[in-house]
Amino acid sequence: MAATEPSERRMANDIAVNLAHLPAGRAAAELAGHISRFWDPRMRTRLCALADGDAPGMHPLVIEAVKLLR
Amino acid sequence: MTLLKEPDFGTPERPGPATVSVEVDGIPVSVPEGTSVMRAAAEAGVDIPKLCATDSLEAFGSCRLCVVEIDGRRGTPASCTTPCADGMQVRTQTPKVEKLRQGVMELYISDHPLDCLTCPANGDCELQDMAGVVGLRQVRFGQDGANHLDAPKDTSNPYFDFDASKCIACSRCVRACGEIQGTFALTIEGRGFDSKVAAGAGESFMDSECVSCGACVQACPTSTLQEKSVVDLGMPTRSVITTCAYCGVGCSFKAELRGDELVRMVPYKDGGANEGHACVKGRFAFGYATHPDRVLKPMVREKITDPWREVEWDEAVATVARRMRGLQETYGTGAVGAITSSRCTNEEVYVVQKMVRAAFGNNNVDTCARVCHSPTGYGLKQTFGESAGTQDFRSVAEADVIVVIGANPTDGHPVFASRMKRRLREGARLIVVDPRRIDLVRSPHIEADHHLQLRPSTNVAVINAMAHVVVTENLVDKNFVAERCEGYEEWAAFVARPENSPEAVEPVTGVPAGELRAAARLYAGAPNGAIYYGLGVTEHSQGSTMVMGMANLAMACGNIGRDGVGVNPLRGQNNVQGSCDMGSFPHELPGYRHVSDDAVRTVFEDLWGATLLSEPGLRIPNMFDAAIDGSFRGLFVHGEDIAQSDPNLKHVTAALEAMELVVVQDLFLNETAKFAHVFLPGASFLEKDGTFTNAERRVNRVRAVMAPKSGKHEWQIVTEIATAMGYPMAYEHPSQIMDEIASVTPTFGGVSFELLDKVGSVQWPCNAEAPEGTPVMHIDEFVRGKGKFVVTSYVPTNERSTRRFPLVLTTGRILSQYNVGAQTRRTGNVAWHAEDVLELHPHDAEDRGIADGDLVTLASRVGRTTLPAMVSDRMPTGVVYTTFHHPVTGANVVTTENSDWATNCPEYKVTAVQVALAPKGQEGAVTAAEAPVGALTAGD
Repeated sequence: MAATEPSERRMANDIAVNLAHLPAGRAAAELAGHISRFWDPRMRTRLCALADGDAPGMHPLVIEAVKLLR
Repeated sequence: MTLLKEPDFGTPERPGPATVSVEVDGIPVSVPEGTSVMRAAAEAGVDIPKLCATDSLEAFGSCRLCVVEIDGRRGTPASCTTPCADGMQVRTQTPKVEKLRQGVMELYISDHPLDCLTCPANGDCELQDMAGVVGLRQVRFGQDGANHLDAPKDTSNPYFDFDASKCIACSRCVRACGEIQGTFALTIEGRGFDSKVAAGAGESFMDSECVSCGACVQACPTSTLQEKSVVDLGMPTRSVITTCAYCGVGCSFKAELRGDELVRMVPYKDGGANEGHACVKGRFAFGYATHPDRVLKPMVREKITDPWREVEWDEAVATVARRMRGLQETYGTGAVGAITSSRCTNEEVYVVQKMVRAAFGNNNVDTCARVCHSPTGYGLKQTFGESAGTQDFRSVAEADVIVVIGANPTDGHPVFASRMKRRLREGARLIVVDPRRIDLVRSPHIEADHHLQLRPSTNVAVINAMAHVVVTENLVDKNFVAERCEGYEEWAAFVARPENSPEAVEPVTGVPAGELRAAARLYAGAPNGAIYYGLGVTEHSQGSTMVMGMANLAMACGNIGRDGVGVNPLRGQNNVQGSCDMGSFPHELPGYRHVSDDAVRTVFEDLWGATLLSEPGLRIPNMFDAAIDGSFRGLFVHGEDIAQSDPNLKHVTAALEAMELVVVQDLFLNETAKFAHVFLPGASFLEKDGTFTNAERRVNRVRAVMAPKSGKHEWQIVTEIATAMGYPMAYEHPSQIMDEIASVTPTFGGVSFELLDKVGSVQWPCNAEAPEGTPVMHIDEFVRGKGKFVVTSYVPTNERSTRRFPLVLTTGRILSQYNVGAQTRRTGNVAWHAEDVLELHPHDAEDRGIADGDLVTLASRVGRTTLPAMVSDRMPTGVVYTTFHHPVTGANVVTTENSDWATNCPEYKVTAVQVALAPKGQEGAVTAAEAPVGALTAGD
C-alpha cells in the first residue's frame, strides 16, 4: 500500500477491519463512535470528503460509518 | 541536607509478626521468626561489628567479626547466621568476643594497605570504622609476610575501579552480583590465601558479563570497588533524595554532592520502586547533565536555514507568543499545538497541556507516549476501566508463573528485571513470548519453561490461542468471571472457535501448538499468574487489541486484584505514566476524562477561566499530516526528539519543514532542533523540582540538586509563554501546580508535595478513599465496575514481506543506551554501544554473504540506511533487529506509517526490509531520509 495514501482513509480502514467481526450495524456504529471520540474534526471532514463518490479503496464499513458521522 | 547514611541492620528483614522475643545486652526485643541475632540487636539499638554482613544480602558468616555469646550455648556464634530463638539471652560485648574481634581485625589489617589518609574511601570505609569499633591498637603480624598488597588494579570499567590490594574477600560484591542483580558475573577464585574476587572467567570487569549495575561497588565495605568519580572528586558531603530520569521503573536515588558538584548517585534503600538497587544508566550515566553540548541560552532564527541567534529569555518568550498567535490569526485557532514529554515532570506536563487548552484554545496536545504505550491506555481502560498497570513492582515476589510478552526487562527495565529474576530463582515458572531469544529465556540460574518464539505481528493470534486452551480445556476461573466480569459468553464463544486453536494458528504464528498449549495450561493453573509486557505488545497495528487480549486472559484465569498477578506494562520512559495521567492526550483532560464530558470540562473551565473545546485535537501523526496539508503551522515540542524517534522520518521531516514555527525545548540541539525556529534550553532532572509517576503508578518526588543552568524552570517558561499570549498563568512553586492537579483530578486528590515529603511516594489512586495510595488495583471490583471481556479478532498487519523486502525488521533498546541516546550517548555508556548494529540470523547473513561486523544496507519501502551487522543466533531466521539510539544510523528512516488501529501508536516492530552488503565506497555513509529506496541489487 503506498505511503501516499490519504491517512484518513488508511486509518479508518484499519479501524474497520478490526471491528469487522461485529454485526454490521454495530460495527458501523462503533467505528463512527471511535472516530468521533478520537479524531480531530478536520480529519472527520476529510474522511467524509474521501467517502464522497465512488470512494475507491474504502472499506464498506467506513462508508456506513461516514453516513452516521455526517 | 548532610550526607544521608541509611541504617544497616546487617541481615535482611524477615516478614511476619514479631513472635520471637530475645534480650540483647539486657534489652528486650521481639522480632519475626527467622530474624538473625545481628538484626534483632540492631533493632534493639545495639550495633554488632560486622564486615561481610549488610542487610541487602543474605548472611554469609565469613568475617567472624560479629561473634557474640549466647547464654546456654557453647562457643561464640556469628550473630549474622544465628537465628533468634524465643527467650535467647545475647551478649555482644564480652572480654571473650572483644579479644576475638581484635584478633580478626589484626589479620585483616596485616594484609591491607595502610594508606587510609590518601585512600578514596577515607571516611566511608567499613574496615576503617570497624578497626575503631573493635579497639584495634596494634597489628602484631606486620606486613612483611605473604600478602596481596601488590595485587593488580582493574580500571577497565568507565565508572569504577577494582583495586584487589584492598580486598578483604568478604564476598559482598560476589553476593550482590548474584542475589541483588542476578547476573552472577563475579566469583571468588582460588582457595584459602589465594582466594580473590574474579570477574567472569578471570577477565577484566569490562570484558566479563558484568552489566555495571554497581551493586558490587555499593556493597563493597572498603575501597576495593570504588567509583572513579569519588577517586577524582573526593567523598561527597551532602545528599538529596530524588528520582531517576531514565526508564519507567523510577528508581529513587541519593544524589551525593560536594558543594554543587554531583559526585555519585546511590540508590535509596527506602525507594519503593527499587529498594536500594540501580542499573548502569541510573547509577552512573548522569554526566550528560553537565556535558558541554548543553545549550543554556535561548536562541531564535527566522528560517531554519539561518544561523541561530542567542537572545534573552524575554525575547525568546515574546517571539514564541507572537508567532504562535500570528499563526492562529492567519490559519485559525487549530493551526498550532504541542507535544509534551515523558521525560518531564508531572507539573511541567500539566502546564503544557493547560497552555494548549487554555491559551492556544484547542486540544492539539499529544505526548510521546503516543509512540509507545498509548495502546496500554486504550486497552486497559476498555477492559478494566483505568489506563494503568494493575500492580506494584513488589507484587512479582508473589507470582508463581510470570509471562513476559514483548518486553526485554534485563535491557529495558533492569532493576525490575532483578526483582523478577530473584523470584524466578526462588522457583517461579517463566513463559517468554518474543521473536528474539532474549536474555531471560536462558541466563544464569534462570530458564524459561516455554519460549513462544512467535513471528512478529502475530501477538493477537497467540493470545487468542492461549485463551482458546483456557476456555476449551475448562481452565477458566468461573467464580471470578461470574462475580466480577461481563461479556464472557460472547468472548468465550469467539476464542473457542476452531480457527483460534493453537493448531490452527501455528502456520501463522510459527509457535508449535504443543508448546503453546503447555504454556497456556501453566499460566491458567498457577495460583498466581502475572503478565508483564512492553513495546513488543503495543507497537503493532493491533497493539490495543493485544492489550485487551492479555486483559481477557488474566480475567478468565482470575489473575487480577491481588498480589502476584495482574497485567503490567513496563513503561519506556521515566514519566510515561505521568504524562498520560496529566491530560496529554488530545481527547482527554487530566485523569483520563474525555473532553466531550460537559461536567468534567466545566470543572476545568471554572478553575482555568477559559472555554475549552469539546472535540478532540490532533495526535502526533495527525499533526504531521496536517502540517503537510497546510492546516497545522506551529508546534511546541517539549523534551522530545521526534525527528529521530518517530517512524517514517522522511514524512516527519517533511512535516517539520512545512511548519512556519517549530519551538524546541530540550537540553541539546537535537535532530528536531534542526527544523526549529526557537530553541528554549531545558533543565536536566538534576535541576528539576516536581514529581515523576512510574510504571506502577508511583508518584515520586524529583528534587533539584542544583539550580537550573539556563536560569529558569521549564514550568516557568511555559507559564510565561501562556501569559505572553494573553492567558495569565502564574505559580510560585511546582507544589502549587500539584495542588491544582489534585484539586481537579480525583485519582490524585490526596497527592501533595507535603505528603510525598512525608511518606516518600504514593501510588495513585491516592484520595480520601485511599489516603496512602493503591499498590494493587481492582481488588474488590474493577474501576469500571465489571471487568469487560472484549472480542479480539486477529487481523494481520498490512506490512507484508515481499520478494523485494523478504525480512522483517523489529526495533528495540539496549541496556546501556536510552531512547534516542541524547543523554546516554553523552556519557561513558558509549563504551558498550558506540553505534547501532543490525542483528540477523547466521542463515540470513550467509544467504547474503554478510559476516559479523560488515557494513550493510537496511532498506524498506520508505527509506534506507547503513549500519554494521551483528550475526546472532538469538534472532530467528527471517527477522532482523536494531536499536534507534544513534541519529547517525537513523533506524526510523526505514520504519513505516503503519500504526495501531485504535491509537495510531506506530508499528515499529514490523517493517518489511531487505539487507545487503553496503556497496563499496558507502562505508560509514548514511543514506539520507529523503532518499526513497529502490530495489536492492543483492537478494532482490
